[in-house]
Amino acid sequence: MAEKKKYFKLPETDDGTTVFKVPFPENLEHLKEMSPIYIKQPYQIDYLHSYGQDSPFFAGLTAGKLLSTKCPKCGYSYGTPRLHCMYCGTECDWVELPREGYVHCFTVCHFGSEAFLPETPFILIMVEWPDVDTLFLARLVDVDPADASLDWIGMKIRAQFRRNCKLNPTDVYFVPA
Amino acid sequence: MRDVFVVSGGVSKFAKARPDRTFQPMVKEAYDYVLQDIGLEFKQAAELIEGSTASYFSDHFGRQLMGGAMTTDYLGLCPKHNKRIEGGGATGGLNFQAGWESVASGRFDIVLTYGWETMSHVNTWKGNEFIALASDVSFDYPVGGFYSGYYAMMVTRHMKEYGTTVEQLGLVSVKNHNNAFYNPYAQKRMKINIEDVRNSEMVAWPLTMLDICTMSDGAAAVLFASEEGMKKLEKATGNTIKPTKVVGVGGGMDAMRMADRPHGKVPLLPHENAEDYKNLKYPGVHSFRSGRNASIEAYKMAGIADPINELDFIELHDAYTSSEIQTYEDMGLCKYGEGGGFVESGAPFMPGLDYGYKLPEQGKIPVNPSGGLIACGHPVGATGLMQAVFGHWQCQGTIDKHFGDKTLQIKDCNRGAIHSHAGTGTYVTVSILEKGF
Ligand SMILES: [Zn+2]
Repeated sequence: MAEKKKYFKLPETDDGTTVFKVPFPENLEHLKEMSPIYIKQPYQIDYLHSYGQDSPFFAGLTAGKLLSTKCPKCGYSYGTPRLHCMYCGTECDWVELPREGYVHCFTVCHFGSEAFLPETPFILIMVEWPDVDTLFLARLVDVDPADASLDWIGMKIRAQFRRNCKLNPTDVYFVPA
Repeated sequence: MRDVFVVSGGVSKFAKARPDRTFQPMVKEAYDYVLQDIGLEFKQAAELIEGSTASYFSDHFGRQLMGGAMTTDYLGLCPKHNKRIEGGGATGGLNFQAGWESVASGRFDIVLTYGWETMSHVNTWKGNEFIALASDVSFDYPVGGFYSGYYAMMVTRHMKEYGTTVEQLGLVSVKNHNNAFYNPYAQKRMKINIEDVRNSEMVAWPLTMLDICTMSDGAAAVLFASEEGMKKLEKATGNTIKPTKVVGVGGGMDAMRMADRPHGKVPLLPHENAEDYKNLKYPGVHSFRSGRNASIEAYKMAGIADPINELDFIELHDAYTSSEIQTYEDMGLCKYGEGGGFVESGAPFMPGLDYGYKLPEQGKIPVNPSGGLIACGHPVGATGLMQAVFGHWQCQGTIDKHFGDKTLQIKDCNRGAIHSHAGTGTYVTVSILEKGF
């Protein structure tokens, strides 16, 4: 591969010209040699997504609180809320998580799903807390994505909250503590 | 439970896009290959095949519901039973086991499994968005839903925990791409080195474009039969079937949200000791507990106590170079934490091929001799079946016949494993194939 020259290529886009007719052969036997016809089919929809039993978590974000759940029976504590305990099936209680935690693992996304491409490069982390049994997925900001290094793992971090909430889990984000 | 045999398989060449065909005739390409390989006529097949199962992952990619119904009629298999099997990236592996189940149970003597994906209908980044909708849409997707990002987080933890290096990841890519050079079915056939992998575009640190499989359009099909079914096929064709016996199946599952995974104890394989892992918190986000569970079950059923010495090859789900290294450990080819060193040892490389590196234990247990997902492509619903087809040909000793090149044929091949895996280690299947003649 190393010896193959890579020529510059313009980025591909999905826009184009509307076509109403395509060439059609005189002889029907030639139909199988036709190029396939591509058409564009837009696909857009607004879902009415209910956060259901997880709604208190999002209400918490609007109040500047990071909430999760803890099992009153077996004591298992969750870094991301679940209404029912995975280990004993008991309905959990809502608890507030500590404001400060640590980076358990991370990545810098230089690409992403189309919806997030404009935000690249962004940093994803899983947050851990010493007395919480599971983790929480979040964004880390205020560090330089170009400095990515395994030394980030274990970094002490602090939860920050958006004032104008979007009712998304990204209403909470983390910065170096 | 009855003995179950794979009697034939077929794969359409995986490509970035197949605008010349919708999915039904693409599946038919694989199906026609299944039939011609054992000399079965289309009409005979329609008569003898008692049912089928269809696998495709994403309704978003296809934008066509009930694709299985549309394909079953295209293959002329109406009015007999069909159902869809779906489980993310493991869709094909689950379908393979659904085929096994329907024969093992005694329901059918001859059954077809087929699968496909058409991923080219949207651009790559929209495609990534569709895939990311598999992650929790309340807590994971909105934070930056991107599976390459999720796997990259897993590998940074693996690197921190065990000292795994990006060069070791690169070596997996070198192996799989170089193997695929001899596989005409593969989408990406190229000889590369570790520098090529590291110099290709960064996607999600530390994973580059060459650490990650590509999206594909493609289809695959596998025909299963019982002893009775094989007799019927031999009678109809006048040919002797050279089957592969399915001697083990296993499955596993883990919490969809990586955040929810426990930090507990390792479920042990027969050749491991609790002492080996006394300080390890498992699986956390560095390992796939589902892959371990599937391996334990499949090995137990096949009577395998020492996988590295009792298997001749493994086709495993290398959607990422990192997940191949993690999977070496789940499948017990080395201990947890030793996956990086394992690839460096050369053990999972093909024997006798020149990869440009010193590989002291080269060829001990070839992993992804076909080139895996990284080089062959990953049309999700077809992938697990593609592995089964390549595995069947390996056990049959017919790689030369199907590839037109014998480079990738493992000598005296008797038994191998195929491993299928869904997003961050949710659904995983392991199936063991053995030469059946
Ligand atoms: Zn509990």
